[in-house]
Amino acid sequence: MANVPAGLKYTREHEWAKVEGDRARIGITAFAQEQLGDVVFVELPKVGAKVTAMKTFGVVESVKAVSDLFAPVSGEVVEANADLPKSPELVNSDPYGKGWMLVIRMSNPKDADSLMSAADYEKLIADGGH
Amino acid sequence: MTDATPATALKRTPLRDVHVKAGAKMVPFGGWDMPVQYTGIIDEHRAVRRAVGLFDISHMGEFEVRGADALAAVQRLCTNDAATLAAGQVQYSILCYPEGGIVDDLTIYRLADDHFMLVVNASNIDKDWAWVTSHSVGRATWKNVSDATALLAVQGPRAEGLVGRLADRDVTGIAYYHFARGAVAGVPAIISRTGYTGEDGFELYIDAGSAERLWDALIEAGRPDGLQPIGLGARDTLRLEMKYALYGNDIDQTTNPLEAGLGWVVKPAKGDFLGRDAIEALRARGVGRKLVGFEMVERAVPRHGYRLLAGGAPIGVVTSGSFGPSVERCIGIGYAATEHSAVGRELSVEIRGAANAARVVKTPFQPSHTKKA
Repeated sequence: MANVPAGLKYTREHEWAKVEGDRARIGITAFAQEQLGDVVFVELPKVGAKVTAMKTFGVVESVKAVSDLFAPVSGEVVEANADLPKSPELVNSDPYGKGWMLVIRMSNPKDADSLMSAADYEKLIADGGH
Repeated sequence: MTDATPATALKRTPLRDVHVKAGAKMVPFGGWDMPVQYTGIIDEHRAVRRAVGLFDISHMGEFEVRGADALAAVQRLCTNDAATLAAGQVQYSILCYPEGGIVDDLTIYRLADDHFMLVVNASNIDKDWAWVTSHSVGRATWKNVSDATALLAVQGPRAEGLVGRLADRDVTGIAYYHFARGAVAGVPAIISRTGYTGEDGFELYIDAGSAERLWDALIEAGRPDGLQPIGLGARDTLRLEMKYALYGNDIDQTTNPLEAGLGWVVKPAKGDFLGRDAIEALRARGVGRKLVGFEMVERAVPRHGYRLLAGGAPIGVVTSGSFGPSVERCIGIGYAATEHSAVGRELSVEIRGAANAARVVKTPFQPSHTKKA
């Protein structure tokens, strides 16, 4: 079973969010990267861009597939992982660490309350992820 | 390369359960339930380039034709000149429609003077069978042996040593695009020095009932060589780095052999064959587009169906593309208008609405390591 850290929040689209005050660090889950296979390309918005909860903010591509990335929360991008354009494989090797994607300053920090808990997300992927 | 056929309707090779047990990720491909990867596409790709990989390609189709007019029938159906084949030789060839479009690409084995085996793409077996049997000529008897035949490919720099250890005959003397009969791990096989990876290696045609025995023996004996089972994902990236065409992606009924860069297997001098007149008319006129290889200037993945642009205007279409694990760049092949097809030409690929810089390069992208004749 894929690794689902307890302290994070999750989306049904297999993104994670680590909430600290009004900021959320986000990425995709271990389950998501396993399903994708080898990640070879990540396209992220620039710092200063606005993202909207449950809307696409970027793209991740594996050898075989192109997948949209969905923002767990709304707000402004304050950091984007500058290592991913050159080393997209970090999403596979360390999805919750060096494979992080964005830090978002949340326009409404309460957004994070509606995300899934680790226990709920574990249930989702135990059912096949859909 | 996946399709939407429901899992219940999918055909299975004799090794399907072995792949599932080995933890392979299974996908529908051309109507078959096939392993796309075991450990990961990039890892498997590199294992083939550096050591040796084992592929189950039993989904491929095999037709035999024999009789006094077997050669005449093959000559009528295929573009290449099968009369140049001695028994024990293999030839790459094409089945064409009279209009010049491609029915399929295939390899032809001359088993004996009056006996050939045609090896066709899995997704085309039914179409090809109907085509060859309805367009055959003379006294030639056709037999579809696809279900009775399993096919394992052993590819990579250590393939010769591994197959040689298990075979009851010398395999080092089997030249590229030649075959010999022998037993491998006790299983009677056609041992063919062919492949779809650009590496040295063999394709082993065996009875379907012996597939599991030979697979297990190769896995076991290949352990010290670093042998890995290889899925269709890496099979695709390996062939892409060689610019080997894939039917359904790069060639199909709407493309002709000349624009696909396959004019070298069209031999009008041999006499009449299906598609000859149309292809010769095209050759005289010149083709309007050519299948080129290109690399992306910045990392961005070209995919089948994306548009090729020059100066902002569409000039062609991507037919295959991926990150190339050995060349470590994003590469693709596609049809470009002839005036934009020269090596060095700067193009772009339209990806999600944006033009991404690319340039036409020499192919293969990766040097070939197939055995030299």
